[in-house]
Amino acid sequence: MERKRLYWLGQLLGLAVLLGSPVRGLAQAPAAAPVEGPMLTQPAVLGMLALLLVIVVGGVLVLVSRVAALVRGSQAPSHEVVGGRFDETVTNLTPAQLAAIVARQQAQEFHLSGTELGGAAPVRDAHGVVQHVDLEVHAPWFHEKRRVAPFADLDPRLTQLVAAYLLCAAFWLVLGTAVGWYVGVKFVRPDVDHLAALSFGRLRPVHTNMVFWGWSSLAMLGLGHFVVPRTNNVPLYSLRWGWWALGLINASVLLGSLCLMNGLNNGGGEYREYIWPVMLLFAVGVGLSFGNFYQTVARRTTEEFYISNWYILGATVWGIVLTVIGYLPWYQNGMGETIIQGYYMHMGVGMWFMTFTLGLMYYFLPMSLNKPIYSYSLGVLAFWTQLLFYTMIGTHHFIFSPLPWWLQTVAIVFSVGMVIPVLAGTINFLMTFRGGRKRVGDSYSLPFLLMGVLFYFTGSFQGSLQALRYTNLVWHFTDFNVAHSHITMYGIIAFMLWGCIYTLAPRLRGREPRQGLVGVHFWCALLGLLAYAGALMVGGTLKGQSWLAGEPFIQSVVLMAPYWLWRAIGGTLMLLAHVVFFYNLVDMLLLGQAPAPVAEPTPAFAPQADEILESV
Amino acid sequence: MKSWNLYKNHRLFTGTVFLGFVGLSALIALQPAARVQADNAPLPTAVALTTDQQAGLQVFIGEGCVACHTQQVRNIDMDQRWGGRPGLPADYAWRQRQDVWRATPSILGSERTGPDLTEVSVRQPSDLWHLLHLYQPRSVVKESIMPAFPWLFQDSVAGTPAGLALHIPGGYREPGAHTIVPTRRAQQLVAYLLSLKQAPLPTGAQPAAFLKLTPPKEAAPAVGAAAAGPPAPDGAALYATNCQPCHQANGEGLKGAFPPLKGSPVVNDKDATLMVNIILQGYNPRPEYGVMPPFAAKLSDAEIAAIISHERSSWGNAAAPVTADFVQKIRALLKAPSPIALAQNP
Repeated sequence: MERKRLYWLGQLLGLAVLLGSPVRGLAQAPAAAPVEGPMLTQPAVLGMLALLLVIVVGGVLVLVSRVAALVRGSQAPSHEVVGGRFDETVTNLTPAQLAAIVARQQAQEFHLSGTELGGAAPVRDAHGVVQHVDLEVHAPWFHEKRRVAPFADLDPRLTQLVAAYLLCAAFWLVLGTAVGWYVGVKFVRPDVDHLAALSFGRLRPVHTNMVFWGWSSLAMLGLGHFVVPRTNNVPLYSLRWGWWALGLINASVLLGSLCLMNGLNNGGGEYREYIWPVMLLFAVGVGLSFGNFYQTVARRTTEEFYISNWYILGATVWGIVLTVIGYLPWYQNGMGETIIQGYYMHMGVGMWFMTFTLGLMYYFLPMSLNKPIYSYSLGVLAFWTQLLFYTMIGTHHFIFSPLPWWLQTVAIVFSVGMVIPVLAGTINFLMTFRGGRKRVGDSYSLPFLLMGVLFYFTGSFQGSLQALRYTNLVWHFTDFNVAHSHITMYGIIAFMLWGCIYTLAPRLRGREPRQGLVGVHFWCALLGLLAYAGALMVGGTLKGQSWLAGEPFIQSVVLMAPYWLWRAIGGTLMLLAHVVFFYNLVDMLLLGQAPAPVAEPTPAFAPQADEILESV
Repeated sequence: MKSWNLYKNHRLFTGTVFLGFVGLSALIALQPAARVQADNAPLPTAVALTTDQQAGLQVFIGEGCVACHTQQVRNIDMDQRWGGRPGLPADYAWRQRQDVWRATPSILGSERTGPDLTEVSVRQPSDLWHLLHLYQPRSVVKESIMPAFPWLFQDSVAGTPAGLALHIPGGYREPGAHTIVPTRRAQQLVAYLLSLKQAPLPTGAQPAAFLKLTPPKEAAPAVGAAAAGPPAPDGAALYATNCQPCHQANGEGLKGAFPPLKGSPVVNDKDATLMVNIILQGYNPRPEYGVMPPFAAKLSDAEIAAIISHERSSWGNAAAPVTADFVQKIRALLKAPSPIALAQNP
């Protein structure tokens, strides 16, 4: 108890130091101002005193607790007394107690005879556990993946809603990346068409917004509509709200794309290219989803709500807040717009996509591995540091710009701080994977999740390093940034979402995708991304060096040609992967049957298996 | 239900993440944004956009030009080529919401696939060049990958003034196009581009210095020290940056737009005085050609000499090179200004 009190005291003092110093720091005159006033008003001195106080108070508390323990210990029974009592107990055992002890001893001495599994009885698989018997021993080209059992207790209406979300998302993914691919081709063949609606400047935001709000957001929300009711052990609060949200977001993406193709762009700021009436539809859709999730959590039958719900509730709340802040006009004249732009585009990625997807990971990774998440505490740490650090880093998109220097520095410092949530999350996921190597090889969803985790670490760490001032010299404004955004939005978000979808979708209707096609999806997406990002990182570095060397600008365009070609090749692979994914999803969700009642084993299969087994 | 445990009380949890995020957002985005907005005004020397230029800005945004063109001169020396001084908040103070539907134009940009446009009107003051470049960028810059914007132009059969007609080299015309005339939107866009330049600081104010962050070019070690003076500027590279967009890599210019240097009597004249004169002061007396901008304030004597020597010895031209001293003499005669760079690095 004393220890707990001590802990809280330390926390309070630490908090006081934390809160006290920045406020005073802000009030100070710029750096070089001479120190004035008595020493005791200096924040650093006060901080030192507070730290000393922690030691002194802590020492006193420890001393008191030791003394108290000593006093109590002097009254405790001695060892001799305890030993005497033990002997007494043994000699006075009742026959029943004695029998129990003997039985336990025999049980511990038991050994297998080695013949337990033999016998003359016919082999039966009464519960349909054996799904596949291969009597020819050979080394197959492709490893056979483990099959999954469908959920038995799903509300078919919820299945329908989730399936609709996932199919819409996959549709936008294919269309959005087809647009992206075409835009990439234009770097190599700028005169491939001369139509206004298909020009580079108009299609680029069509691509980015479509894969953001159409693909990633709808896929996340669809999975969220499954995870939230499941983890709270109640039905979804309102299916109707779910359908409305889906409709509104689809409408937003459709209208937004049409506006952009007709030359109606909000202001050119990245991911803010939809005009406000269009983005409002999206925001209302997210708002409805938040309401739905919140009400579902409120009706939970568990006492605590599971960690996935923190992330999902957090992401929906933050998604709405940042959209509102990004679109309200009152502080967006002059350089105000630039601060908000940096904030908005980074929060969109970090507080909406990243947060939501991490929440999904905390549910689908354990499900896929069939074991609990490694550490709840690391999840808590990652969640709150995500909120604290991620929110502060928007201005790192405008290093060396006319924005206040202190704002740039804060953004850089907190960008480096992002290492904490990223490491906490990565360690948590990787430790959950630990010992599951066989399982990863046996699964078609886990490779996606594993790649997602690896990209989470590399992509996020890359972002932290790119925020530094020196790296801005070489890489800012070059194609390196494009590579980074694809490593994150594609390597992290899309790979994690695919892993989650391949975990969930076969369990919804009991139909599995063709394993070969999942393999095609995985390898095309991965190799495509590596070609894409690798080419642009190398090209971007050369471009930055060309600028630093003061070469004619056009030189930096000419030198990129082979790298843009490789980007287009990688993009082609990625697009191919998405078409295959779309087919797989249709296969699982539309061609599958509604979950059959599971009580009895499929009659056709069981005797067949028996026959085969008996014929051996 | 009234638990104070965040993970058991959904109301408390949601309230905390909401207020926490709003609070941090206010600290890092809302409050600084409001403050830099309030504490900012255009320089007294800045000229406000005209209605046409404002309309051109909307075309600029609608066509997505900001995806590839930045408008920020960062305070690092590698950005010195894009403007005479680092950008100031005041340079952007004029920006505000376009209309009810559209927000403040986000022109600072995040990618530089094409050149920065902060001072494009200084670099390229010819509206004719911009129109050709918009109609088909590759007709003036062969290596460019910028999109063509033929929908900002029309075939002038409808009786529009022929004076505006562009001379597009045959291979670059849209199929079937005869006389190509810019639409009003193209003219507005060019008007906007030609308005882009840094406003001069009020007299007496010193611009902030660029941060010297570029790794120093390794000068020829030891031996170079004795050679004295900086290495001679590279005429071909300077030509590519400053002259090639109009006069082209082959020196032949563009018919009906920019005069050829190849075989030009001015370039091949034994006395280079007129040529130096034109480069220092600019040139605009011939209506059939675009405007030549003055370079006196932009290039040093040595750089101009290097360019002239390059031009006089390329594409079959065969005239003697000129020296920096020669350029300097003419500059003194003309009382032409010298570039700031000269003053900084004597």
